[in-house]
Amino acid sequence: MGLSGDTALAKIIVVTSGKGGVGKTTSSAAIGTGIALKGHKTVIIDFDVGLRNLDLIMGCERRVVYDFVNVINKEATLSQALIKDKRTAGLFILPASQTRDKDALTIEGVQEVLNDLAKDFDYIICDSPAGIEKGAQMALYFADAAIVVTNPEVSSVRDSDRILGILQSKSKRAEEGKEPIEEHLLLTRYHPGRVASGEMLSVSDVEDILAIPLIGVIPESEAVLKASNQGTPVILDTESEAGLAYMDAVDRLMGEERPLRFLEVQKKGFIKRLLGG
Amino acid sequence: MGIFDYFKSKNAPSSASVAKDRLQIIVAHERSKRHQPDYLPQMQQEIIDVIRKYVNIGSEDVQIQLDNTDDCSVLELNVTLPDQN
Repeated sequence: MGLSGDTALAKIIVVTSGKGGVGKTTSSAAIGTGIALKGHKTVIIDFDVGLRNLDLIMGCERRVVYDFVNVINKEATLSQALIKDKRTAGLFILPASQTRDKDALTIEGVQEVLNDLAKDFDYIICDSPAGIEKGAQMALYFADAAIVVTNPEVSSVRDSDRILGILQSKSKRAEEGKEPIEEHLLLTRYHPGRVASGEMLSVSDVEDILAIPLIGVIPESEAVLKASNQGTPVILDTESEAGLAYMDAVDRLMGEERPLRFLEVQKKGFIKRLLGG
Repeated sequence: MGIFDYFKSKNAPSSASVAKDRLQIIVAHERSKRHQPDYLPQMQQEIIDVIRKYVNIGSEDVQIQLDNTDDCSVLELNVTLPDQN
């Protein structure tokens, strides 16, 4: 199959950010799981060659036999490398390779794997590595939509703007002059209390600067670490604000209207406020 | 925020608004450079080198800007020459 191959059947969504540690893999796991819960056959691909982590977040690290690079190099078939999620029906994971060879991913190789996946899946989620180098560019190249994960913090916002520039100039859609990649802002690690006291950029501050539509705001939550400790995507924790906020984001991604929630400060008593803390 | 912070922080802008102002400036600056061709910085350096053969100028004395209008691009070159004495 050549470069002009058609992947129109499946929607390819890249989860990207530029900056590391903002929650790309957590978000890929949560959103991929959420889309599968809605009944769409979904695969999440880990593009972070050499620093595989999606498998840990999804709790399938001991079931990895073959990986993305093995499939590209024809050392394994897709069905051998795909890991079927045990909790969510219709959800699969394609793990990254732990090779240190930076050139393991090629445009042609990635295209061929995506084309094959597009025959079977409704959604392909590409979990991008940090940075703006080849790995990140490979993850976003074929995307139809992008979820730009951003923390309300200066370096993350600036890096998100850089990655938006790359989405608009270095993607397949940009190079071929097609309709641009749909851009969605996902604000994570949001702390309403700190926003209220003027210590943290607000949702509207970040929206003003990046000027792309908001798909969701995930509050800072202990549930995220707890979920990663256990290898369960946080969206399955329906007791937690973070889990519910991710589900809202998935609903919006599917075109449903959901009001933003968990952005209010939890009221503290008068004495506690007076004394601070 | 306790009672003492309340009096203290009356007039200083919040750190979040400082962050927003700084980000707006740097992001606008970086966006304006996003669409310029890759050869521009090197061309700027070479132009400076040529002028330096004749006049002593610093790199901050040359401003290069590329403006794109509908059907043409204008390369604007601004050189500040030192005083003639």
